[in-house]
Amino acid sequence: MSETSAQEFLRKAAVKSADLVHRDIIRQGIESYDAAHLRGRLRFRDWDAARQKCREIKQEAINHLDKYLLQFEEKVRARGGHVFWAANAQEACQYVTDIARRLGVRTVVKSKSMVTEEIHLSPALEKLDIKVWETDLGEFIVQLRNEPPYHIVTPAMHLNRAQIADLFHEKLGERIPGNDPTKLVALARRRLRQSFFSAEMGISGANFIVADSGVIAISTNEGNGRLCTSVPRIHVVVTGIEKVLPRLEDLAVFWPVLATSGTGQAITTYSTLIGGPRQAGEADGPDEFHVVLVDNGRSRLLADAEQREVLHCIRCGACLNTCPVYRSVGGHTYGTTYQGPIGSVLTPHLAGLRQYQHLSYASSLCGACTSVCPVKIDLHHHLLHNRRNAVNSRGSKLGERMMFRLWRSTMLHPRIFVFLSSAGRRLLRLLYRMGLAGSIVDPMRAWNRYRSPVPLPAESFRSRWRKGLAG
Amino acid sequence: MPRKVTLFVPCYVDQLLPEVAADTVRVLRRIGCEVEFPENQTCCGQPAFNTGYWNDARPCAERFVRVFGGAEVVVCPSGSCTTMVRTFYPELLSSSPLRDDAIELGRHTFELSEFLVKIAGVTELGATFPHTVTYHASCHGLRELKLRDEPLELLRKVKGLKLLELSRSEECCGFGGTFATKFADISVAMGNSKAECVAATGAEFVTAIDSSCLLHLEGVLRKRGKAAKTIHLAGILAQEKP
Repeated sequence: MSETSAQEFLRKAAVKSADLVHRDIIRQGIESYDAAHLRGRLRFRDWDAARQKCREIKQEAINHLDKYLLQFEEKVRARGGHVFWAANAQEACQYVTDIARRLGVRTVVKSKSMVTEEIHLSPALEKLDIKVWETDLGEFIVQLRNEPPYHIVTPAMHLNRAQIADLFHEKLGERIPGNDPTKLVALARRRLRQSFFSAEMGISGANFIVADSGVIAISTNEGNGRLCTSVPRIHVVVTGIEKVLPRLEDLAVFWPVLATSGTGQAITTYSTLIGGPRQAGEADGPDEFHVVLVDNGRSRLLADAEQREVLHCIRCGACLNTCPVYRSVGGHTYGTTYQGPIGSVLTPHLAGLRQYQHLSYASSLCGACTSVCPVKIDLHHHLLHNRRNAVNSRGSKLGERMMFRLWRSTMLHPRIFVFLSSAGRRLLRLLYRMGLAGSIVDPMRAWNRYRSPVPLPAESFRSRWRKGLAG
Repeated sequence: MPRKVTLFVPCYVDQLLPEVAADTVRVLRRIGCEVEFPENQTCCGQPAFNTGYWNDARPCAERFVRVFGGAEVVVCPSGSCTTMVRTFYPELLSSSPLRDDAIELGRHTFELSEFLVKIAGVTELGATFPHTVTYHASCHGLRELKLRDEPLELLRKVKGLKLLELSRSEECCGFGGTFATKFADISVAMGNSKAECVAATGAEFVTAIDSSCLLHLEGVLRKRGKAAKTIHLAGILAQEKP
């Protein structure tokens, strides 16, 4: 029998949790992020008010998706752009590969986009022998390694400079002396520059799609996004339907909030608005402009009143950075497109509760994610909801179900509770005196194997209370 | 200040860490409270609730509401179990006939440091603890009950106690209920990170408002052979001049 997603997660988590080199790389990356994020928040007169504002705007947008998406579509069409509504990943990929085939595309340049990862667009294009270049530096690096992104914002966070220099040496045939970061970037830049000029199609995501003006907004730092969207003849935007904002002016708060939460910047280096193909009299821009609006499970989530707000997510990555579980196991262990707390909440909705319910359990429910979320998604409570849904749909193991049934009967009867726990303590004391703590016969093995044994006092509090503490 | 206080002792504290509950009684009596302990209390239901077994947690929660229903003030030496009652009962019991009683009970249920500082208005408890101590902010207390300064205010008033700052003090220790056994490798890795921060302070003791965090940390620290000992906040506050 092949390994389930849950077993794979456990296996990889055990390896990564114990990998101290990995831990140090991640810690270093996240500590510099933490410092920048803190400085960034302090630039706001009232960070919490900005979060609240973002939350309210998103709530309005998500509750009126029908209106805003149609408004967006109408504006884009009026400028000669095309809008395609993709119900699922397959439809979205089909639409893009059809364009590529029709126009004889040989080379595609991509700027960073998680939704294209979600729908597996690159493999679909590669099947047609189309060369796909990831042009975001981090994405370029993980593409060379044949890996998915490690993090939704910083895809190559798990690698240090030396590893990247080795990779470039192996794949690009050039050795950068001293792993000089400037020279490493220059090397990637030279390689990518050629691809921009040979590509017939540029593919981007969208950080936001703006309804009232029919434009997409892209926030980038490397300038690759602008090259992808303006040099090739065809520009295809792939975006989730939840990315909509009602008004252009909403960007005034979302741009700085996204940049602050994502990287600690006041605003990203490039903030780009694109509303269609090159217009008459314009010098730049593509001949064809397509927007693929991807549903792929989002409507199902929209119908779930309890968890609808998960669609507020702007993919800033703040919840990943703050999550102690993410920091311990790293991005690849999740085996999902979206990692960390938002991934654990979202993936069961997009890809199936049964297969991904374990992710909702792989959390200490510490709530750090919720406290940093810039649109105030109640992330850790949604993990609780997913757990309840998993149990209610009989997704849990029979043994566990029986254990909690027994637990419940015990807790409903104080006498049984007192009897069983004092008998249990006595039994365990005996076992531990025999040196069997954490051994196969220890009922507390799951705890004691990894920790020194729990204390086992001779008397419980209630018994001491009865004997005189009651006063 | 409320005179009569009803003590809610988390089930695992009752069975495994009775001293924490006894210390809580001492502290409450010292400030003049009359302490009551309903002996028919068991568990608030959190283990089942957190694991997704809401249908098993619900009757326990309802029973808890009945047991503690008449109390003027309920005090609990745990931020986590207090959170269960105040934050989660309204949702768990949203369609129970006891919903309103549960909401009312939540308004009168307090974590120990919260009760002392915010309700009783006492920070000076006459405690003496001549040791170096560092404080770990337990997640439920910190993020669900918003208790950031209350425990620290109490610790700063303890005679002889030297409070050493813990780096990343608000990062989870890795306990997380059934998470600690379902994902023991991750839980222990998080515990090890915390243990390193504790060791870096050089403190003799690490304290918190939740015994569950401390039980886990103690297990990790001792397995690593580290010197710092764990002690619940109540244990420090209960120490008087020898």
